[in-house]
Amino acid sequence: MDGFLGRYRNLSVLVIVIMAQLVLLAVQVKNNQDVRLIRVWAVTAITPLARVLEGIRANTFGLAGEYWKLIEIRSQNGALKVDVDRLKLENQYLKEELATAKRIEAMAGFVQRNPNKTLGARIIGAGAGMNSKVVFIDRGSTAGVQKGMPVITPDGVVGKVTASYPTGSQVMLITDPTFACGVVSDKTRVHGTARGQGNNQLLVDYIQNEQSVEVGEVFFTSGDDRLFPKGLPVGPVRVSRQGKLFKEIFVAPAAFERGLEEVLVVLEGVHQQIPDASQMANVGPEAKALAPPPVDPKAASATGLPTGPSQKFPTDADRLMDRYKALGEQQGVSYGNGGKVPNFNAPVGPRAIPKTPVAPVGEQPVTVPPAAATPGTTAPTGPPPGVG
Amino acid sequence: MPSPEFTEANYVDGKRRKGASSTFRPIVFFLVPLLSVLLDIFLPRFVESARTLEFPLLITIYFSLMKRQPIAGIAIGATIGLMQDSLSQQPLGMFGIVKTLVGYFAASVSLRFDVNNPALRFMLCCFFFVFHQFFYWVMVRALLGQVPNINTMDEFVRAILNSAIALPLFLVLDKLREDEG
Repeated sequence: MDGFLGRYRNLSVLVIVIMAQLVLLAVQVKNNQDVRLIRVWAVTAITPLARVLEGIRANTFGLAGEYWKLIEIRSQNGALKVDVDRLKLENQYLKEELATAKRIEAMAGFVQRNPNKTLGARIIGAGAGMNSKVVFIDRGSTAGVQKGMPVITPDGVVGKVTASYPTGSQVMLITDPTFACGVVSDKTRVHGTARGQGNNQLLVDYIQNEQSVEVGEVFFTSGDDRLFPKGLPVGPVRVSRQGKLFKEIFVAPAAFERGLEEVLVVLEGVHQQIPDASQMANVGPEAKALAPPPVDPKAASATGLPTGPSQKFPTDADRLMDRYKALGEQQGVSYGNGGKVPNFNAPVGPRAIPKTPVAPVGEQPVTVPPAAATPGTTAPTGPPPGVG
Repeated sequence: MPSPEFTEANYVDGKRRKGASSTFRPIVFFLVPLLSVLLDIFLPRFVESARTLEFPLLITIYFSLMKRQPIAGIAIGATIGLMQDSLSQQPLGMFGIVKTLVGYFAASVSLRFDVNNPALRFMLCCFFFVFHQFFYWVMVRALLGQVPNINTMDEFVRAILNSAIALPLFLVLDKLREDEG
């Protein structure tokens, strides 16, 4: 340093003197923002240095800090993943609970509206075997469930109880090949027998080729089988075509559309009116499944219509029997004694109108007992061929 | 006028005069710069055209050339410049820096030339006057953020005028040198 200053003494002195005067100037002079030049220069000189130092610090100490933060973040990430997994499970559980609550709410509404005496049950298992079409429910004989009772959901018919145990029951689904029930379409009122096919469709059998059944028509239970009360939805027609002897009509079971979890066991069935097809045109399947609300007893008493459990609707067999009775009374013929046969084609007079005032369609109530085989009931004609 | 005869004595004397540093009495170093600054202040009060003259600059050039020591030139330039600054309305150091540079470079130039030559003195005065004005303009523009209105031709005229004044002035000042005669 001394050598440098000695060699360039004159220049060094010049620089020192110039710098000293520059500093003197900078102390006095202010820029247009009223800041002294000495400050401007100092900041201008310091800022790049500070920037370099900060860059060095950021790239060294900052990197180390980031590394430690990374380690901390990794542990936090692990904890958060655990939380996310737990929350996912919790969310799934709550979704299930919510779905269950909605189903139960819908089922409660259905039970409230449905005149059948039902018992709620939960499906707890399926039958053994790949092609098994039976399930187990958690209600058995101790809860009043008996063999032969229908099992339904608000969407439609599920099956029937084939075995009742103290704590559970076995239910044969309507898709089982050995299952059959009487059905009637809502639009053309065509009667047939729905039979399980072992797959996800039902075959509605014994419908003449001349009869008209359109795709989209909904089949309801007809009550002819003395097992299922009339008016429970079975499902819409998916395929309707001409067959060799009878029409080939395939129906999609409405009860299976949204899966089976909770079901209702019909302890005491009540025939219901089959909804008019025109009224069912623009409503969803759930609304189709809901029966009309119970009639207000006070209003019903004023109109003379039957109310409560006595509000029952007759089947076609009931109407036929009533017609024959009326014709016998009209023509003075008593049945069961032999002798004269009445003219069944004669028109029925005003006297022959059923004694009990019923629904506008002119049907009479008929109660279906829980067990189809119970003798002495007012059930209509026997089940059609093939009804299981 | 006959040309001086080239003799060994004249050659040695010339070398000595060219390389040696002139000396002045301390009072001269004190009074002459002070007087130059005072003239720079008071003379324009009575003679408006005296504003054209730059006596402190001429004194700086003279003493720097005669001392032939850059450090002495720096000190002379800085002192006279700061004195001039202290009597002006501008911040201290504006003239100081410029005259410091003038003193340094004048002293440095004097090491290589015979500064007793009047023609060389005239040219050096012209050059350093332009140098002084240019650096002053740079300083004002850079440090004060002002743009002084300078006419280049006027500055050249002023440079010639000051150089013309410098010739007799330097001859008078030469009489104050201790090594003279």
